[in-house]
Amino acid sequence: MVETSQKIPVTVLTGYLGAGKTTLLNRILSENHGKKYAVIVNEFGEIGIDNDLIIGADEEVFEMNNGCICCTVRGDLVRIMDGLMKRKGKFDAIIVETTGLADPAPVAQTFFVDEDVQKNARLDAVVTVADAKWLSDRLKDAPEAKNQIAFADVIVLNKTDLVSKPELAEVEARIRGINPYAKLHRTERCQVGLTDVLERGAFDLDRILEIEPDFLEAGDDHDHDHDHHHHDHDHDHHHHDHGHGGLKHYHDEDMQSLSLRSDKPLDPTKFMPWLQQLVATEGQKILRSKGILAFTGDDDRYVFQGVHMMLEGDHQRKWKDGEKRESRVVFIGRELPEQAIRDGFEKCIAT
Amino acid sequence: MIDNFDAPDGPSIVSITDRVKLTPLGAAVGSVHFLGDRAFFVGAEESVAIVTKDGEINRVPTHFGAILCAASDGKRLVTGGDDGKLIAIDDKGETSVVATDAKRRWIDNVALHGDGTLAWSAGKTAFVRGPKGEEKTFEVPSTVGGLAFAPKGLRLAIAHYNGVTLWFPNMAANPEFLEWAGSHLAVTFSPDNKFLVTAMHEPAMHGWRLADSRHMRMSGYPGRVRSMSWSAGGKGLATSGADSVIVWPFTSKDGPMGKEPAMLAPMPARVSMVACHPKNDIMAVGYSDGTVLMVRLEDGAEILVRRTGGSPVSGLAWNAKGTLLAFGAEDGDAGILEM
Repeated sequence: MVETSQKIPVTVLTGYLGAGKTTLLNRILSENHGKKYAVIVNEFGEIGIDNDLIIGADEEVFEMNNGCICCTVRGDLVRIMDGLMKRKGKFDAIIVETTGLADPAPVAQTFFVDEDVQKNARLDAVVTVADAKWLSDRLKDAPEAKNQIAFADVIVLNKTDLVSKPELAEVEARIRGINPYAKLHRTERCQVGLTDVLERGAFDLDRILEIEPDFLEAGDDHDHDHDHHHHDHDHDHHHHDHGHGGLKHYHDEDMQSLSLRSDKPLDPTKFMPWLQQLVATEGQKILRSKGILAFTGDDDRYVFQGVHMMLEGDHQRKWKDGEKRESRVVFIGRELPEQAIRDGFEKCIAT
Repeated sequence: MIDNFDAPDGPSIVSITDRVKLTPLGAAVGSVHFLGDRAFFVGAEESVAIVTKDGEINRVPTHFGAILCAASDGKRLVTGGDDGKLIAIDDKGETSVVATDAKRRWIDNVALHGDGTLAWSAGKTAFVRGPKGEEKTFEVPSTVGGLAFAPKGLRLAIAHYNGVTLWFPNMAANPEFLEWAGSHLAVTFSPDNKFLVTAMHEPAMHGWRLADSRHMRMSGYPGRVRSMSWSAGGKGLATSGADSVIVWPFTSKDGPMGKEPAMLAPMPARVSMVACHPKNDIMAVGYSDGTVLMVRLEDGAEILVRRTGGSPVSGLAWNAKGTLLAFGAEDGDAGILEM
C-alpha cells in the first residue's frame, strides 16, 4: 500500500473473441484524454494506431516453483514490465490485453507474486468486454468466457443495440448470477466513459470501501453512459437482499459468488488462519475474494483481497464514530463449498 | 594493490570516496562496460555515455527507446533495444546497426564470443552471426531468458522456461537440453567450462555440472538474483539478491554441491550489483541504497567507494587491467575510481 500513487496503474482488458476489446483499446489510444498508455497486446496489427508503446506479448503462462498448481504467472509479462520500466516517465498507465480464450488469473497473479513488478506497478482493475448478443451462449459452452465474467471488476456489456430489451435483461441476469459485484456498463460500440474503465483502483486496499452487489447501488454506474436505457428494475434493489421483484434471477451451475456478513466482531486469531487455510485448500476454486473486517479489540478496519491462493491485507483506517462495525466477506468462484465456508466463517465470530 | 583494507570488525570503514571522479549522467544507468580505459555507461534508454577517467562525457545516441540488453568483449559494445535494433559501438564511439528485427520485436538478450561471433534473441528465437556474417537461428519453446557463450568452442546456452538449451550453431548435432522446472533468466558458464548456472525468476539459482548434468540448487535468496560475477580464475560466483554478497565456491570438482556459500559485506540494504576484479581476489559491490563497497573475498574486509544515498546501483564494472572501477545508479549518478 506504500507509495501506491507512484506506481503505474495496470488495467487488464479481457473478453471473449469478438466482444469488442480492440474497439475499446482503439478508443483508449485515440481519444484525446491527455494520457499516454503503454499497451501490451496479444496480437500485433489489430490496432490501427502507430505507437511505439504497443508491445506484442506471447501469453506464456508459467507455474511458480512453489508446489501450488494454481499459482501461475505470465512469464512474458514479467519480462515486458522489466523493459517498460526502463521507459518510466514516457507513459502514464499500462493496459494488458489478453487473448479471448485467456484466463485473467495469471496476469493478475503476476502483480501479486513478482517483487520487481510489484515495486513499479499496481493492478488497477480487470475489465471484461462482453458481447450482449452472444454472451449467454458463451457462458454455456466456453468456460473461458465465464472465468472472465467472474474475474471482472468492470464489465462492459457491449453491442446492446443488437439485442431486444428482454434479451438484455436475460444476459444481465446471467452475468449477475456469476458476478454481482462488478460495475456493469451497457454500451454500443464500447461507448463507455473511459473514466469508468480506467483508474478504478479495484485492487487498491484503500479503496475497498463497498463490496455491495453493484446492482444494489442506485444509479451510480448507470447515469453517465447509457441514460437512454430505461433501468426498470432498480427500484426494487435499493433495499438490501429482499425483493428481487421482476428481475430474473439466475443461479449459475458452476460459478457463484458467496457473501458473508456478521455484525458481531470476528476473532482475528481464528479468522486469519481460517482464511489462509481456506485459500490454501480451495484456492483453485476461489477466483476472487475481498473483505472488510471488524476484529475484536481492534479500532481499525481490516481489509483484504485475494486472487486464488494469493492474499493481501492490511489495516485500512479507524472505524468512524457511528459507523456500523460489520464484517463482510465476498468470494467468487467455481463450485464453492458454500456450507463449509459459511460454517467456517461462523466459527470465527468472537463469542 | 590495495593494502589498506579495513578489518571486517574494525571500528570504522576505510573510505576512498574522495578518490572517485564523479560523473553525473542525468539519466538512468542500465549497465556499464569498459572498452580500454573508457567507461561506456549504457543508459536505460536511448544513448550510451562514454566517460574518460578524467570525467569527460561524450553521449552517443543508439536506440529510439529502451535499451534492453548489452554485452561487451572489451573491443566493442553491442546493445539491443525495444526498437528492434542491435547496435554495435567501437572503442572510438562509432556506432553501426548490426541487425534489425524484421518484426520490430524487442531485442531481449545479447552475448559476444571471443572470436567475434554475436548472439542475440527476440522472443523465442536465438540468432547467431559468425565473424564472416553468416547467420543461423534457433527456436526454443518459450521466450529466451538469457544467452551465454561457452568459454571453449562455439556453444551457446539459451535459458528459457523449464531449462537451458545448449546449441552448437556450427554442428549438425541435436542441441542438448538441461531441464529444471521454472523460468530461467540470466545464464553463465564457469570460466573452466565445467559448470552452467542460471538465475531464475524466483529468488534462486540453478546449476548443472556439464560432464554429467548433475543438478546444483542454490536457493535461500530473499530477492531475485540479477547480477552474477565470476571471481578471478573462476574460483567463486558472486551474486546479488540478498543483503550480503552470496559467493558460491567453485574450486572443487563438485562445485558448490554440499557446500555453504560465503556471505560477505552485509548491509541494511539489498545487494544490487556485483563485479569481481579481473585479476585479484576482490570485488566491487553495489547496493539498493546506493552504497558501493570494495570487498576482499578472502576475509570480507571492506573499503567504502561510494557513500549510502540515492537510488540503487545499476551498473558496476572493472576495466580489463583492473585499474579502473566504474559505477552508475538508477538516478543517473555515476563515477570512476582509479586504483
